[in-house]
Amino acid sequence: MMNLLTEPVGISHYMVVSAVLFVCGVLCMTTKRNAIGVLMGIELVLNGANLNFIAFGSPILGGGQSPLGFDGQWIAMFVIVLAAAEAAVALAIALNFYHTHASIDVDRGEELKG
Amino acid sequence: MNPINWHSCFFLLVAVLACASAIAVVVAGNIVRMACFLVASLGAVAGLFFLAGADFLGAVQLMVYVGGTMVLLIFGVMLTARGPRDILKIGGGQWIVAILVAGALLAVLLQAATSVPGQLAATAKPTASAADAAPTAWPLGLGLMGVRVDKLDQPNAVLRRGMSGYLLAFEIVSIHLVVVLVGAAYLARARRRVDSRRRTPEDDATS
Repeated sequence: MMNLLTEPVGISHYMVVSAVLFVCGVLCMTTKRNAIGVLMGIELVLNGANLNFIAFGSPILGGGQSPLGFDGQWIAMFVIVLAAAEAAVALAIALNFYHTHASIDVDRGEELKG
Repeated sequence: MNPINWHSCFFLLVAVLACASAIAVVVAGNIVRMACFLVASLGAVAGLFFLAGADFLGAVQLMVYVGGTMVLLIFGVMLTARGPRDILKIGGGQWIVAILVAGALLAVLLQAATSVPGQLAATAKPTASAADAAPTAWPLGLGLMGVRVDKLDQPNAVLRRGMSGYLLAFEIVSIHLVVVLVGAAYLARARRRVDSRRRTPEDDATS
């Protein structure tokens, strides 16, 4: 831990942070009964994945070489845009669910067949 | 005693903030508190983007996530919360299963993170810093227009013809965003209840 203050960070440090974010998102998705809480877990998972793309495409983290180059940043941008679209649709569905059930408990959605 | 690497110091600060806020999102019971911790976590991730040299993506993360998605989420919280004490909890057994699964996943991911090749694990030249990285806005924008200015030195002409950038993906994402937002506005429109036996304040606000 102390050598982190004097040595430069690398891709593996970013991967550790990304793993923590991903696991927190998975925990949030599985342990929340509020539909918007599940949505926040999905946002955390997408951010963890995005952090990996940025780290592998970074020009300064890989010791002069970056495995992905600018492709990582393009993919991360597309992920951000698709996550925003997904959040809009999921919130619209949650609002509809609330209007029909007067609750956003995901356990109440068990009569949804299909 | 080596001199202090300020890049690593700021990375440590922002990474601890991001991880602690993400854990707080999981353990918080109140949905509004979860949204506040999520704002902190997403903002810290934007800081990590800046520290990785991706300045344009950091700005996009701040504007789209912290600015746009969080406003959407908070409006969703306000439109669907019945009261300040509306806390939905799961049982203890489900918590144990979830923590077991998440712990196994974390172990696998950390093992993968610590086993990347040696020259990628840490920067070889300690002078590399975020200030050395060139601005990334115009290569990214030109790549979306179909010109890969970062791969102009591809010697093989056949391979160079294939590198047409991300113009098609950009167009598909644009159409997708328009369709999705129109569909979301259609789904979430205020419709009048068929039976008006119980009018809640939310109905009065949205109609």
